[in-house]
Amino acid sequence: MSKQAESETFDPVDLFPDATEMDLRPGVDKCDKNGNCETVCPVAEVNEDFPGPKFQGPEQWRLTRKGDIEFDESVDKCLNCMRCDTACTNDVPLGQMHNVARANYVKNQKSHASREYLRNKMLANYGTLGKLGSMMPRISNTVFGLGATRWLNEKLLGFPSERSFPDFATQTFRGWWSDRGGDATSTERAREAREARGETGEDKKVAFFHGCYANYHQTEVAKSMVRLYESLGYEIAVPEQSCCGTPMFANGMLEDARGVAEGNVDTFGSLVEDGYDLIATCTSCSMALRKEYPELFDIDGIEDVASHMFDAVEYLRVNEDLEAELAGADVDFPAMTYHAPCHGEVMGVEGIVTELFADVDGVELEDTGDVCCGLAGTYGWKAEKYDDSMEIGAEMFEAFEEAPGEVALTECPMCSAQIEHGTGYEVKHPMELLETALVES
Amino acid sequence: MAIEDDVLVIGGGIAGLSSAIAAAETGARTRLVTHKQSTLGNASGLVDVLGYAPGDDAPRADPYDAIAQLPDEHPYGKVGADAVREGLALFDDAVGDRYRGGHSEANALVVTHAGSVKPTARYPRSIAPGLASDDRDMLLVGIDSVTGFDAPMAADHLSAVDVPFDVRGETVRFPVSFPQDADVTRYARALDRDESVDDGTVREVLADRVEAVLEDERRVGFPAVLGDSRHEVVRTELRDRLGVDVFEVPTGPPSLPGLRLEDALYDAAEDAGVRITSGNPIVDFDADGGRIEQVLMDRLGSEVAYEAQQYVLATGGPVGGGIESDRDVVEEPVFGLPVEHPEDRYEWFDDDVWGDHAYTEFGVDVDDDLRPVAAEEVQFENLRAAGNVIGGYDFATEKSGCGVSLATGYVAGSEAGALI
Repeated sequence: MSKQAESETFDPVDLFPDATEMDLRPGVDKCDKNGNCETVCPVAEVNEDFPGPKFQGPEQWRLTRKGDIEFDESVDKCLNCMRCDTACTNDVPLGQMHNVARANYVKNQKSHASREYLRNKMLANYGTLGKLGSMMPRISNTVFGLGATRWLNEKLLGFPSERSFPDFATQTFRGWWSDRGGDATSTERAREAREARGETGEDKKVAFFHGCYANYHQTEVAKSMVRLYESLGYEIAVPEQSCCGTPMFANGMLEDARGVAEGNVDTFGSLVEDGYDLIATCTSCSMALRKEYPELFDIDGIEDVASHMFDAVEYLRVNEDLEAELAGADVDFPAMTYHAPCHGEVMGVEGIVTELFADVDGVELEDTGDVCCGLAGTYGWKAEKYDDSMEIGAEMFEAFEEAPGEVALTECPMCSAQIEHGTGYEVKHPMELLETALVES
Repeated sequence: MAIEDDVLVIGGGIAGLSSAIAAAETGARTRLVTHKQSTLGNASGLVDVLGYAPGDDAPRADPYDAIAQLPDEHPYGKVGADAVREGLALFDDAVGDRYRGGHSEANALVVTHAGSVKPTARYPRSIAPGLASDDRDMLLVGIDSVTGFDAPMAADHLSAVDVPFDVRGETVRFPVSFPQDADVTRYARALDRDESVDDGTVREVLADRVEAVLEDERRVGFPAVLGDSRHEVVRTELRDRLGVDVFEVPTGPPSLPGLRLEDALYDAAEDAGVRITSGNPIVDFDADGGRIEQVLMDRLGSEVAYEAQQYVLATGGPVGGGIESDRDVVEEPVFGLPVEHPEDRYEWFDDDVWGDHAYTEFGVDVDDDLRPVAAEEVQFENLRAAGNVIGGYDFATEKSGCGVSLATGYVAGSEAGALI
């Protein structure tokens, strides 16, 4: 048969007919093992035994296909930074593969009676722990701060005694929001701001995914966001919500994560239908809804939620002329050092803050560059991973030492915990800086 | 509301970086948008201009006299030899003393991991003592667990091509053991840190093991794993311990010389004031008549607009992702620019692996100002192309990849910037 005739009669077959469950094969096939992923893996950098993203993802997927080879326990050591996703030049969904492999390992191979499993379960379900702790914030802070508690936590549960638990705010963000008059007050304030700005803008509506940290701990960040967004004319809705699920993904507890994802997609999906865009002040929360949910779960409306989910800084950059707003600002702020969280990099929002403030009077801002902080959500909260966590963070700590800034700036609450722990710096969120520049000045 | 700049460069490889630096140097507010980390980690880190002109059997000593002879359709034919010199000058400024080769217009001959000799215009300082034009005897040292560099085989190959020196290959064990198939960065970092191992530190033990097999050679070549952040320190210490010159042999991906070059060029772009946005692809555009008004970035489901007065397309070729093909058609996916290709898919390639494959030259057609054309018609007055997205040349056979990227990047970026 001639080549011409061959090509005319060629009938391509469908490789994945009627797939009913997630099939990672097309992604695996794109891996040409060029190894770029491994050059950026923070765990591979400090841990000689960690086989790296290429093995954890495509290679392990292939090895376990036939069912007689178990998942390698090293997948538990991946910290879920997703840097490998950004580094891959062939669009291999490494982060998705790691999440799936880790979940399979934890579900089928890891002892559910172990101290480590119990500890991980607690970390994964931090939302519940946070809720309990914030009921009596002062007592919780005292108890968690006690040396005896820290010793017990390490011995019994495997939390590193070197770390101190983050303080609970005396009032949760939700408590503050409701005392302030809830969504109705926000609508009113936004309307007034729009009038003052000479805007009509019926569609300036955002729903806030506060997650755990902004609700129980960094409430000032959420409050700054509210005042800033309202001053720019945005009506804010704060619906009932669960944890985003990031700590569950990172601990291989995909079934827990599915539960919270379904609830969040339902709540925020209906707000999207009502014309709201979605924002979060934590880059891990926004990444969970924007990238991990649709990668891992097949839930009705998930694509709409994902495509409307923005990081709070990014959203203003895209929808407002922030440069013009900032042009007249004169900010009295100490010199700062910025750290871009890995999950912000993965979403492509890195660089917005430094770019925005490059020419603003009174703001001195230096970037620590392309480094991982090493805390990675729950990773650094495990006694057996504490040393690796600090070694990964060493490059960032060094960058802070060398930079002239006295205050740290980052979007991620876990990065901020690590910066405080490793450098003693006070940490601010870009929302607080933007509020100072645009609302207070 | 679109994010606004004067010049927007799409693509983060050598062509995109040189376009952006050239545009920023004219004073234009310039942004570089790149989807992923660049593919420079897949590159050798060598900067080739023209190693073989069409019809050459032997490596070419002077690339410039051949450039003048190339057909008009070749990207060099469009921009001319002066653009190549300007592009290299931009490169030399950007990388400073990390690179060598600027003293001469002639090609240097670099020893490769396969034991062949490759003509190149610029090479990292760490590779310089290994040039094949140097007649000092050479020992190549392989590391048993590092795949992709078989030192005895490379030495045999070099002897077979009659290099003007004696060359021998030996294999040693690395002082630290890693999981199977570990990437070169692990070896580099172990050398950077120089931690204690049995009988000394990583560098000391490696030097001892090489010394044990060194005879009277005056230079030693290692695969390119000699340090990442502290690589000059590593190489200098090995040289001092061995008492002979030490050099690196460029290896396959991920390649440390490629990654180091990536870092150097991104630093240079930042120093030039280029704004860099990475992580999401540009997928679409809006145009008014023959003018691009804005391009759209896909950020995981929704689109964000980026607006500029001038645009440079530097997204790479069929391998880099700038040219796409499916079963029926080949085209440039962002602007839908046509790519000339045979209708029959079986003519896109040649049955002989080393034959003349049509796909290697797939790319958009441009005019002398590097504006993409279709049927000789300029497609958009404010769009220029740079690098391997341009068709009509086969960089792998010619060894012209970086040179074309730098020359077209320089022209596209500086012309776009000058129009602001």
